[in-house]
Amino acid sequence: MDDSARRDALFAGVKAIFPILLGVVPFGVIAGVAAVEAGLDPVQAIAMSPIVFAGAAQLAAADLIARDAAPLVIVLTALVINARFAMYSASLAPSLRGLGAWQKALGSYLLTDQAFAVSVTRFQQTDDDLGGRVAYYFGSAISLWITWQVSSVLGVIVGSGVPPEWSLDFAIPLVFMALLFPTIRDRGTRLAAVVAALSAVALIGLPLNLGLLAAAALGISAGVISEVIP
Amino acid sequence: MTSHSPLLLWAMIGSIGLGTWLIRLSFLVFLGRVERVPPALGRVLRFIPAAVLAALVLPALTHATGEFDLGTDRFAAGAIAAVVAWQTRNVLATIAVGMGALWALQALGWLR
Repeated sequence: MDDSARRDALFAGVKAIFPILLGVVPFGVIAGVAAVEAGLDPVQAIAMSPIVFAGAAQLAAADLIARDAAPLVIVLTALVINARFAMYSASLAPSLRGLGAWQKALGSYLLTDQAFAVSVTRFQQTDDDLGGRVAYYFGSAISLWITWQVSSVLGVIVGSGVPPEWSLDFAIPLVFMALLFPTIRDRGTRLAAVVAALSAVALIGLPLNLGLLAAAALGISAGVISEVIP
Repeated sequence: MTSHSPLLLWAMIGSIGLGTWLIRLSFLVFLGRVERVPPALGRVLRFIPAAVLAALVLPALTHATGEFDLGTDRFAAGAIAAVVAWQTRNVLATIAVGMGALWALQALGWLR
C-alpha cells in the first residue's frame, strides 16, 4: 500500500470517529471535574487521563477515592471495569497480526470502546491490507485520545470553580446509565444487569466498598449461569 | 474529599494505568500463540460491562442521602434520565435531561 492510500485510511478513521467525539467531550469534562472533587491535586487529576485513559474506570475510581475506599478495592474496581478491553484486544488481534512491538504497545494503550467499535466495523466491511488497517485504527484512536485529554483538562480547570449546589457529581451515574443500556443486548446481559444492580443496593453496607465488586461478580455469575442452563 | 496521601494516590493511578494497559495488550500479544479466546473466559468477559455499570448506577440513585430512600430528587431525576438513556442511547441527551430534571426538582422542593 502506498503512502497516499495509507493517508486516506488514516483520514477515514478520523472521519468515522468524529461524530462520536462530540459525545466524548462532556464525558471527559465530567471525568476531570470528578477527579478534582474527589480531592486529587490538579497535577494528579490531569495526569490520570493520559495514565489511565479509560473514562468509566476513571469516574469509578474518582468516586471511590472521594469516599476513601481501600486502595486495593479502588484499583480492582477500575481494572474489573476495564476487563472488557481484553475482549476488544482479542477481536482486533487477527486483523492486526504482524504489527511491530512498538505499534502493539502504542495501539494497545490507545484502545477504547469507540476506536474498537469503528475499527472492527471497517475491518469487516473492507479489505485494507495491514498498513491500511493500522492507519485507520490509529486515525480513529488518536483522535479520541486528543479529545479525551483536552476535555478532561478542561474539566480539571472548571472543576475547582463549580459550586456544590450545582450537584455536578450527579452526572457520574448519568454517564454510567447512558453507557449501560447499549450493553444490554439479550436475555443474559439483561439478567446480569438486573442482578448486579439489585445486589449493589443490597450490599451497599459491605466494608471497604466491596459491595460493587461483589455485586458485579453476582451479576456476571447470573449471566453465565443463564447461558449454561438455558 | 479523600484522606489518602498524595503518594498513595499516585500509586493507585499508576497501578490502574499499568493494569489497564496490560489488559489492552493481552490478546494482541498472546493471540498468535493462542488461536482464540478460551470460551469460558469469553463468556465471563461478555457480561462484565452490563453488570459493572448497573452496579454503579442503582446505589447512586437509591442511596442519594446515604440511606435507602426512593423519595429523593436524585432517584426521580435518575428515573427520568433512565428512560432517555434507554430510548436514545445518547450520553449527551441523558446528562442534559438528568441534570435538568434534578435542578428542576431541587427548585420545586417537593422531594428530599
